[in-house]
Amino acid sequence: MKVLVAVKRVVDYNVKVRAKGDGTDVDLNNVKMAINPFCEIAVEEAVRLKEAGVATEVIAVSVGAKPCQEQIRTALALGADRGIHVEAEGRLEPLVIAKLLKGVVDKEEPQLVILGKQSIDGDNNQTGQMLGALANMPQGTFASEIKVEGDKLNVIREVDGGLQTLSLSLPAIVTTDLRLNEPRYASLPNIMKAKKKQLDVYTPEDLGVSVTSHVSQLKVEPPAERKAGIKVEDVAQLVDKLKNEAKVIS
Amino acid sequence: MSTLVIAEHDNSSLKPATLNAVAAAQAMGAEIAILVAGANCAAVGEQAAAVAGVSRVLVADNPAYEHQLAENVSLLIAEVAAGFDNIVAPATSNCKNTMPRVAALLDVSQISEILSVESADTFTRPIYAGNVIATVQSTDAKKVITVRATAFDAVAAEGGSATIEAVPAVHDSGLSTFISEEVAVSDRPELTAAPVVVSGGRGMQNGENFKLLEGIADKLGAAIGASRAAVDAGFVPNDMQVGQTGKIVAPDLYIAVGISGAIQHLAGMKDSKVIVAINKDEDAPIFQVADYGLVADLFEALPELEAKL
Ligand SMILES: Cc1cc2nc3c(=O)[nH]c(=O)nc-3n(C[C@H](O)[C@H](O)[C@H](O)COP(=O)(O)OP(=O)(O)OC[C@H]3O[C@@H](n4cnc5c(N)ncnc54)[C@H](O)[C@@H]3O)c2cc1C
Ligand SMILES: Nc1ncnc2c1ncn2[C@@H]1O[C@H](COP(=O)(O)O)[C@@H](O)[C@H]1O
Repeated sequence: MKVLVAVKRVVDYNVKVRAKGDGTDVDLNNVKMAINPFCEIAVEEAVRLKEAGVATEVIAVSVGAKPCQEQIRTALALGADRGIHVEAEGRLEPLVIAKLLKGVVDKEEPQLVILGKQSIDGDNNQTGQMLGALANMPQGTFASEIKVEGDKLNVIREVDGGLQTLSLSLPAIVTTDLRLNEPRYASLPNIMKAKKKQLDVYTPEDLGVSVTSHVSQLKVEPPAERKAGIKVEDVAQLVDKLKNEAKVIS
Repeated sequence: MSTLVIAEHDNSSLKPATLNAVAAAQAMGAEIAILVAGANCAAVGEQAAAVAGVSRVLVADNPAYEHQLAENVSLLIAEVAAGFDNIVAPATSNCKNTMPRVAALLDVSQISEILSVESADTFTRPIYAGNVIATVQSTDAKKVITVRATAFDAVAAEGGSATIEAVPAVHDSGLSTFISEEVAVSDRPELTAAPVVVSGGRGMQNGENFKLLEGIADKLGAAIGASRAAVDAGFVPNDMQVGQTGKIVAPDLYIAVGISGAIQHLAGMKDSKVIVAINKDEDAPIFQVADYGLVADLFEALPELEAKL
């Protein structure tokens, strides 16, 4: 079966992002960019399905400006077979991205679409679920284990109370949680090979989607700063402070 | 203006996060209804009707909604949404699962995990693991919003007297089936609602050593949490993860033990009132947010702390 994986270009997770002084946006000048960690897990899962003989082809898709082709190349180096870049500029909302991905789904007709559960820049946690609704597909979000069984997909999900197992009919959507797998690193030969893999570019018009914005960002600001407190000498002083100064224990 | 709040529940009791979502709905200044979608959930409907400030409770009681399958519940909410201006839900794993589907069905954007209501169409929300707070304005006529529970003080669970109406709509998509659930049972308070949280990280070394935290949690009536590293290493189950991509907590007291203080962890606990860090590395970043830092080996400090409490 064909597997489509959605990868997003985001700020590297080690970067501590700050608001610009004038509050218009975050400062992303000279910041290291990377593939969203949850998307890396998505690519890994798709590649493992291929290695297990379950998937026949893995297609990596990214929506964004030209530079997101770097992240598609990363996915190709990790084992995806070909890439699709949907070229669109500006701040793109999950609803728009989901519509664009729906356009790609209509063209490619994958049996399985794997996305990350959350992008670590916008912290939206929306796109996979929205794509599910638009494509009328079932979803296994926050997945920590998936297994294809005939024309069904069994998914173990991380939920507030613990774990939940669902059976989904295929085609289906999966969004990855941290425990789904541990992504591999791309080897140098595979990075070289990835440069030659097929990468098609579409515009939103090609997919019949209008890129309209429903939400505007008025300003950004830093959160209320916490001041570092004090270091206590020992456990006795800690207990004393908690009782008599902070008054949080009795 | 009218707002529909989606109830978080387990078919027998209404979960506290619902009360925070109602508080956010109140801040929007609209008339509030609560939707309870479940199976054999009449008791939840009655609890919802008692919530302060709520005028109507809609109960959709059908086996199709028993396990909160997103495919079914989103179709129901999208239908019921016709009569409302705002659809508001707590940012629990259930609602995070369902609400974006609702938004897509309604062809509107979702605003995730709001921290405040600035006006009828303007909200603040954290981005980049809470390192930045964005003020966003929605142009959608119907707004789909999830609420970060820790940012809104819960409304009273009692004192209201809403009318209860049955919603007969049945949506069974047939796309997904519930198989099983492994729910952690614990006598401790729920992590996201506990007044005190004691969390362990990689420094705990193994799951067995979390017993050292249990003794302290027993004395403080605390819930136990963990860092991602502790969950990934299999010390404790996933539902204990606190952080950007885990649970968000803001107790009166948060005690971080053997946790370095990565931004992804801080994102889930830095709004706690008082933070204590116990770490043997005096340069650990967790000390930058801790009100009280103790530089010590946790294996010595924890037994002593338990004895002194
Ligand atoms: C996409 C993404 C999402 C993430 N989401 C989350 C999240 O939601 N929550 C989360 O927590 N993390 C999350 N992380 C992981 C995060 O980046 C850190 O890796 C993680 O928080 C580290 O956990 P830790 O502090 O337990 O481990 P470490 O960073 O290894 O720190 C262990 C600490 O224990 C101390 N220690 C060791 N032995 C002792 C001892 N005997 N006595 C006292 N102190 C001791 C050490 O000094 C050290 O400071 C995420 C990462 C990514 C990429
Ligand atoms: N611009 C994008 N291009 C490709 N995939 C995306 C994009 N934005 C979001 N996604 C996918 O949707 C997931 C969840 O993102 P979000 O809903 O923004 O939290 C990501 O992990 C990606 O798999």
